[in-house]
Amino acid sequence: MNKVWLIIQREFLIRVRKKSFLIATILVPLLVPGILGGLIYVAVKEAESAKPDTVMILDESGQFNLDSTKNTKRFHFVPMLVALEHAKKAYNETKDFALLYVPKFDINKPEGLVIYTQENPSIEKIGDLETILQDRVRDLKLQEYKIDKEVLKNLKTKINLKQINLSKSGEEKSSNSGILYGMGFILGIMIYIFVLVYGIQIMQGVIDEKTSKVVEVIVSSVKPFQLMLGKIVGIAAVGVLQFLIWIVLITFLSSSVLGYFGLKMPQKQAMEEVTKKIQDEDVKQAMQQQQSNVQVNELLANIGEIPFGKIAFVFVFYFLGGYLLYGALFAAVGSAVESIQESQQFQFPITLPLLIGYFGLFMFVLRDPHGPVSFWLSVIPFTSPVAMVGRIAFDVPAWQLALSMVMLIAGFIFTTWVAGRIYRVGILMTGTKVNWKVMAKWFMISE
Amino acid sequence: MEALIAKDVTKRYAQHTALDKVTITIPEKTIFGLLGPNGAGKTTLIRIINQIINHDEGEIIIFGEKLKPGHVEQIGYLPEERGLYKKMKVGDQLLYLAQLKGLSRKDALAKIKIWLEKFDIKDWWNKKVEDLSKGMAQKVQFISTVLHEPKLIILDEPFSGFDPVNAQLITEKILELKEQGSTIIFSTHRMETVESLCDHIALINKSKKILEGPKKQVKEQYRSNTFIVEHRGNHFNLAAEKYELKGQVVIEDNLFSSTIQAKGSIKGNQLIRDLIDITDVYSFQEKLPTMADIFISLVKGDGDEALKKHLQEV
Repeated sequence: MNKVWLIIQREFLIRVRKKSFLIATILVPLLVPGILGGLIYVAVKEAESAKPDTVMILDESGQFNLDSTKNTKRFHFVPMLVALEHAKKAYNETKDFALLYVPKFDINKPEGLVIYTQENPSIEKIGDLETILQDRVRDLKLQEYKIDKEVLKNLKTKINLKQINLSKSGEEKSSNSGILYGMGFILGIMIYIFVLVYGIQIMQGVIDEKTSKVVEVIVSSVKPFQLMLGKIVGIAAVGVLQFLIWIVLITFLSSSVLGYFGLKMPQKQAMEEVTKKIQDEDVKQAMQQQQSNVQVNELLANIGEIPFGKIAFVFVFYFLGGYLLYGALFAAVGSAVESIQESQQFQFPITLPLLIGYFGLFMFVLRDPHGPVSFWLSVIPFTSPVAMVGRIAFDVPAWQLALSMVMLIAGFIFTTWVAGRIYRVGILMTGTKVNWKVMAKWFMISE
Repeated sequence: MEALIAKDVTKRYAQHTALDKVTITIPEKTIFGLLGPNGAGKTTLIRIINQIINHDEGEIIIFGEKLKPGHVEQIGYLPEERGLYKKMKVGDQLLYLAQLKGLSRKDALAKIKIWLEKFDIKDWWNKKVEDLSKGMAQKVQFISTVLHEPKLIILDEPFSGFDPVNAQLITEKILELKEQGSTIIFSTHRMETVESLCDHIALINKSKKILEGPKKQVKEQYRSNTFIVEHRGNHFNLAAEKYELKGQVVIEDNLFSSTIQAKGSIKGNQLIRDLIDITDVYSFQEKLPTMADIFISLVKGDGDEALKKHLQEV
């Protein structure tokens, strides 16, 4: 065991001391918000500075009255009063966005409207134009039915359902599907990426040892299984360290950035809000009376009620579990091949279940977190790391979580055992053409 | 006591048998040459001793005990395919490998210093292995093999990759280690190394041991009763029923060297006696087979008949 510890130390230290580790660890927390912020900034700027598109309109029905007085931020309208053929010609000589042709139509059945463009327009723009036309038709109908616009406006009522989970013990918890969806989405993808990235690091390490031939020296001191285990655990430690640094850096950075703009971290603010509520019922009531604030406060309170501690624990557990389960398989593949290129034919099949978990996350888990498919995806060890982490925000029953965790532990013990048997033979084999059958044979070789 | 005894060791793979009931006894404090052509099973046997792979049948006794995991700390192994972590510094690497062999960090540090001084390479500590030349890396690897003062040192082709100066240096260190009480197993194709260094040898061919014993005894066993005589004047006739003249060359003016094989039970003394009467004997020596002769003939042919025939042709 002492020797496994030595191997873990080496695997950990050589990676942590690398410049690339330092760069990745520091840059990712800076880059991710930076890139996101940059993209949002650019998108907003573009929307602000975008010039409106000119739409020529030939309105034979005379019902739309779209002229420069109806211009929107996105569209400028230029009415045409010529025949369609001439209008088309005129349009082609300009660089305008589109020519809209409106024939005479029945407002109950508007048909025959055509848009001519020079380039393929985006669905979004067409949609926007359609909305304008539909609104116009609706207004015409209102006139025809003699309904006052104001009356109609008053008929509209907005209702926001407040979501409360009623537990068996009668405890009430408010929740917000949107936030939970977002969390499940991000956490699931993170697990998927981390398991792949660190799994490939294991494989790379095994291949390096094999091709540099140092492995024969090492296994004359320790058992191949100890070497494999030490490597897997050492790299896991690198991953966990990187996480911790990221969490600390991101928390620190975002709170200082938000602080700069005079805001508080949403969680922190929500916590304070919640404690205030408990401390002072009167204040709470007073706050509830402030109608404008209610929704924002509820949102923050919902965030505050998400069990971040539990989610963080589950996340780390499933990261480690999934990593160990797939890491062992990556080690086995690394032992069998002599280069990364050669490993590619094996990589896809072993990561296929992870990919299924990933797609399952979008198709089932996030849409119906408590359905049967979601249940199975989050219990079967090969898909559970992604599926359960995506599901956890939706309050998974304790027995399911326990079952899934036990299955995951059993799963990685199983894959480590299988991988160990392939690994011990593979690392000493050079110059053999390896396929699944050969690996199966290695697995069968007795101790 | 014997450093190592292998009894009927057998290792089978799906398609072939790598070792077939190999029995070898390696006496303590000797240099033991493990010989054999490529693919004979030497590496398999070495890996079994190092517990890298397991044998299917038979028994290995090391320093009087049945081979068990703890024994790896008493063995130093230099594989034929050398390898070190390329990105690791020389010092860190030696420290790591020594600790894996059971040395404490403190002991390892002290011993690394001593060895780096011995090889006069103290300033390599912070060099990465990938920046070393092949010969330099070999030195580091040799140090890593012997650093933990193993009682049994297994060297697979230890001189490949060394220039003559460094090969000499390594030879000296090997002899020193033997002096200090280590047993050394040499696996090699280089017969001149075997000739000059080994005390005992074993020859493995096609998964089977076909020859074993002290080098002297082996050579003795393969004597062919052939003598090389230098003499002045070549006008003599040897009794054809007792001797056969295998060849004669002129060394210088009137000085000849003749290769004479005695037939039956006739000894060297008898030949001298017979020669004195008929020629002027200048020197006389028995022609012993070289290890290369024995190796080639045993591996090429099948046993003693072939060897004798081969020696007659030489």
